[in-house]
Order: sequence, then C-alpha cells, then structure tokens
Amino acid sequence: MSTYSQKKGFGATLWDFLTTVDHKKIAILYLIAGGFFFLVGGLEAIFIRIQLAVPNNDFVSAGLFNEIITMHGTTMIFLAAMPLVFAFMNAVMPLQIGARDVAFPFVNALGFWLFFFGGVFLNLSWFLGGAPDAGWTSYASLAIASKGHGVDFYLLGLQISGIGTLIGGINFLVTIINMRAPGMTYMRMPLFTWTTFVTSALILFAFPPLTVGLVLMMFDRLFGANFFEVSMGGNTVIWEHLFWIFGHPEVYILILPAFGIFSEIFPIFSRKRLFGYSSMVFATVLIGFLGFMVWAHHMFTTGLGPVANAIFAVATMAIGVPTGIKIFNWLLTMWGGSVKFTTPMHWALAFIPSFLAGGVTGVMLASAAADYQYHDTYFVVAHFHYVIVGGVVFAVFAGTHLYWPKMFGTMLNEVLGKITFWLFFIGFHLTFFIQHFLGLWGMPRRVFTYLPGQGLSASNMVSSVGAAFMGVAVIVMLLNIIITSVKNVKVGNDPWGDGRTLEWSIPSPPPFYNFKQLPLVRGLDAYWLEKMDGKKGMTPAEPLGDIHMPNSSFLPFMMSLGLFIAAFGAMYHVDKEPWALPLMIFGLLVTFGSMFMRSVKDDHGFHIHKEDLIDDDEKGVKA
Amino acid sequence: MTSNQQLSSGNPSVDIEYRRKKNAEEMRYQVVSFSLMIFLTLVAFAAVAMKGFTAWFTVPFIMLLAVVQVIFQLYYFMHMSHKGHEAPSLFLFSGLFVGLVTVLAFSTIIWW
Repeated sequence: MSTYSQKKGFGATLWDFLTTVDHKKIAILYLIAGGFFFLVGGLEAIFIRIQLAVPNNDFVSAGLFNEIITMHGTTMIFLAAMPLVFAFMNAVMPLQIGARDVAFPFVNALGFWLFFFGGVFLNLSWFLGGAPDAGWTSYASLAIASKGHGVDFYLLGLQISGIGTLIGGINFLVTIINMRAPGMTYMRMPLFTWTTFVTSALILFAFPPLTVGLVLMMFDRLFGANFFEVSMGGNTVIWEHLFWIFGHPEVYILILPAFGIFSEIFPIFSRKRLFGYSSMVFATVLIGFLGFMVWAHHMFTTGLGPVANAIFAVATMAIGVPTGIKIFNWLLTMWGGSVKFTTPMHWALAFIPSFLAGGVTGVMLASAAADYQYHDTYFVVAHFHYVIVGGVVFAVFAGTHLYWPKMFGTMLNEVLGKITFWLFFIGFHLTFFIQHFLGLWGMPRRVFTYLPGQGLSASNMVSSVGAAFMGVAVIVMLLNIIITSVKNVKVGNDPWGDGRTLEWSIPSPPPFYNFKQLPLVRGLDAYWLEKMDGKKGMTPAEPLGDIHMPNSSFLPFMMSLGLFIAAFGAMYHVDKEPWALPLMIFGLLVTFGSMFMRSVKDDHGFHIHKEDLIDDDEKGVKA
Repeated sequence: MTSNQQLSSGNPSVDIEYRRKKNAEEMRYQVVSFSLMIFLTLVAFAAVAMKGFTAWFTVPFIMLLAVVQVIFQLYYFMHMSHKGHEAPSLFLFSGLFVGLVTVLAFSTIIWW
C-alpha cells in the first residue's frame, strides 16, 4: 500500500517543510512567510496612522517615524506582496499547465529560503541599532548620509532576497516554456499562467538593475566608493534611474499576477468564458513591454528636461490603453453571465472601480507639468495605495479565498469572508480617498507630523479610522483561517462547482505528484470543456507509468543561511570588529560548501511505481 | 520516464544522407562566416591604425563591425538560426532592448 499519506508528528512535519522541493509546499511556505511580513508591514502602517491621527502627535519620534515608513514600504513590496504573489504562482501555475512540478524544484526551494533569510535579515535591523530610514526608494543622497547600519540592512537584505526572486522568476519561465501538458499551447494557457509568464520575464529583466544599484551603493557605504557621492564626482541621480528602471517594472510584477487572479475569478463565477481571451493576452504582454519605458515618470521633478519629460509622460499614458482593454474585457465577461456573489467575486467586483480610480490618478500624475504640483504630496500616496491595495492586496485576499481549498483542502467560511471584505473595502476607501484631497491641500508625504489649524486635522483622523477598519478586517480573516483549519472539513476536486482550468480537475490538495497521468488539453478552459462534454475528468494523454520525482534536500536552507551569516560579517566589518571578517568567511564557506555538495553528490531523485499509483486508486486514498 | 522530458531523436527512420548534406552545408556556412569574422577584425584594426580617420568615424565604425560579428557568432556558431530557438531569441532580444533603452537614456539625459 502507499506509504506517502501517513500522519506525521510536528518535528517530522517541520523537517518536511525545511527540506521540501514540492511546489505546493513551497507555495504554503511563501504564503506563511509573506502573510507574516504582511502583518508586520500592516502593524507599521497602523503606527503611521496613529502618529498622524492628530496634529503635533508624539506617539513616535521623527527619526523612528522615518524608520517606520521606510520599513512599511520595503516590507510590503518586497516581503509581503511579492512572496504572496509567488505563493499563488507556485501553488497554481504548475497545476494549470498540467505539470508535475516546476522545472527546477531544488532551485524553487532555494529561491524561497533566500527570500526568507533576506527578509529576516532586513527586519532584524529593528533589534540591532535601528531600521533603514531613507525611504523605501532609498535615494542615494539620503541613504549615504544615513547614520548607523539601517541602510546596510536594507542593501544586504534586499540583495539576498532579490537573488531568490530572480531565480524564482527564471524557474517559472522555464517551467511554462517546457513543461506544458500535451495540447496546452500558448494560446490555451489560462490567463493566470500567462500573467505569471510575463511577470517572470519582467523579473528577469528588472531585477538585474536593482542588483547593480544595490551593489554600487553597498560599495559606497561599506567600502568607501563614491558612485553616488556628488562632491567626489559621482552622480546621485544615477541611483534614482537604476532604482526606477527596476522599480517601475516591479509594480507591474505585482499587478500582473493580480490581473491574472481576477481573470480566473470573473469567468468562474460568471460561468462564462473570459471575454476577449486573445486581447487579454495581448494586453498583458503590452503592459509588460511598456513597463520598461516609463520609469522616469517617477523623476519628473529632478530636471530631466522638457523633451525627456514629454517622452516619458506620453509613454506612461499609453499604458492606460492595454489596461483599459482589460477592464472592458472583465466587464464584458460578467455581461450576460449568471453571476455568483462569492467572497472572491466580491473582491473582484470591488477591484474594478478601486483600481480604476488609481489608474485615473495615474494618468493625472503622468502629465509632467501637473506633476510638479502633485509631486511628494499625499496625492501620490493615495494614488499608489489605490493601485497596490486596490489591485494587488484585493487580489491576494481574493486568491486566498479562491485557492484556499486547492492549497489546504478546506473551504474558508463565506460569511466571515464577506465580513472581511466589507470591513476592508470600507476601511480602504476611508483611509485613502481623503488622502487625494490632503495632497491637493498641500500635505507633503513622509512628514512625521503637522500643525493644528492647517485644515488637515479632521481628514487625517478620518484616514486613521479607515486604517483601523482594515486592521479589524485582517483579524477577522485570521480568525476565519483558524476556525476553518480547526474544523478541517475536507472538500472535493472542484469545491466552487464551476472550475474551468486543470487545477480543479484533481483532488484538493493534489497528491504530491499532481497528475497520475498527464491530461490531454483540448482547448481553452480544458476542464470546463470536458465537463460540458459530460465527462467526469480529463482524458489522460499517456498510459499509467512510473513517475520520476525529485528528492527533498536541506541544502537550499543551508545555502541561504550561509549568505545570511556572511551579510552580518560584511556589515560589521565596517566597524572594525575583529570577529566580522571571520564571520563573513564562515558564512560564505557554508554557502559555497553547500553548493559544492550539491555539485558533487549525484541526486537522481526517485520513482513512484505504477503499482503504488494503482493502489491509491483502488483504496480511494488521495495522498 | 516522464513525458515532461524531451525525447531526443529516437526516430529509427532518420535520413542519414539528408543529415550529412545538411551538416556539410552547415560547415560551409561556418567556414564562410569564420573567414568573414577574421576579415572584419582585420578591417577594424586597419581602421584604428590608419591615420586618415577621426575618432568620430572609427568608434561608430568598429562598433558596427562588432555588432555584425556578434550576429554571425549567434546565428552560425551558436545555432540560433535553427528551429526551436524562438524562445531564447525572444528573451535575448528583449534583454538587449531593455539594456539599450537604458544606455540610450543614460547617455542622453544624464551624461550628455
């Protein structure tokens, strides 16, 4: 009989997750780690809103406020939004293309642990002399002058987690190009897979500029170089360019998977195929392409000159066109469909107007001349929270409810889910809508307080009350998760009843080999097609045979741990600590030693034998 | 054996004669492009060594020659002209595009 599905103790489960190379378990790791950092970033947001709730507040000092806003931005973008998006990519994309895992399972695990240790390193700055305080963009003039080790934590932490993201992206690209099931052509791929593909390409091209920027600034701060030091012939604007050449594609890296999740939700709960599938694919690719030609719209006021400003302004406005195509396609998907108002659908419906508002202010900000007024005010803060919260965070909530059964085999409570939605939706608009006006009234961003009698007090209080609503919403969702996990009511293959793509054709959670026999894909929405033809499941594309699986490995953890240790050594070496250099060498030895082990030790994986697979079926055991 | 792995040509009815002809043809292209590359390198050296030209001519000129050589290298020696290289060339050219836009922006709005 099959031994794969036995119950395990806590220690064994922990070891299992530390060594796993299974994309579904790595997805859970990303979800837990990303969720944790989301709570940390959320707590920082609450602190910001408490400080700004009333004028002349002294809840935190000016210096601490700078650290909090820096860490809020950095944590939310790099350590919460990215990994949460990666969680869904890992959990769903291989299932959607009918693959048994990603192309490089070992590298997938390595990507997670690098991200995780980078994130932990960055956040340890709170306990080791102060967090970075130069803003999440870490502009060079501020960052180089910043005292203490805060910015060093930022540089080294992001460098480590950036490597993780980069190899994750490459892994997804190779997976989608090479491992699609028989019949799964590019133009039959579900939209979430398409957005994963384009996002991964953006990661591939956008992270190297960040790496270069971080390396240059690391040399400036740790080794006395002067790349960004104007008095020594350097150029501080180059950091801004390098950061935004990465930074602008980065926001598309976040929003495209969000578009993908919503493009799954609308057809499922409208029970109608996605309107304009090929134009959706086209729009996704076009957004990815244009995303690389607009970065300087973050720098209109640095004095690029009118010609450069005009070019980047027009390019930026052009992005509104493919995004508009998407919006209309989603609306027309619902048109005439029989819409089911589930929790994911609530988020999807709320996403359209919320994100659209952010898009419209985006076009306003893209007008270079007008941007001189908006620049560095709360108008900008309102704009990017409308696109990132209204787009990405809504998608993460929607995806959590939609894919929870596929990831954990249980269904989140719909009533609590809707309570979460309404609290968060109201709180979100309460917090950020008024900030447009705060900006237009002249409140600059990144200030730690303001004076009474400036006409900003009431609006800031409204904004802070909204933040409390969002905080409560997240607590309700955590309760929902706990209640659901304790009740542990297992569900079948297709718990929403209207699943269209391959992931809904296999058990929830899927067995660790995903597909006993690779499915034959006959068109877009492969599972829906089979259901409409009156079949129970997919037609297999191959006879039942042995399945080759990769072995678990502890090496990804060790490689990442080594870099984590080495980063401390590199950082404290500046203080002339005698132990710093040996520590760095030790850390690098751990990393390179693990890489050496991986290179010399043959690891051929193992086979699941045909007989075991047949057994699984007969006894009704679904691993 | 998983079907995720690409099967290398296990086809017993492979036309050996056709293969041989193809290989000879390939070899001819390689020799031609190799001699062209040597020739272009000599031209580049000559352009620098000759007294008559200003730097405004030689620098763009030898860069152009370099680009031609890279294309030869990619297509005739690294087999990008063969079938099944669509995805790599897409990513190669996208990366090139992103890099060139960056260089263009830096050289026009920062350094110029």
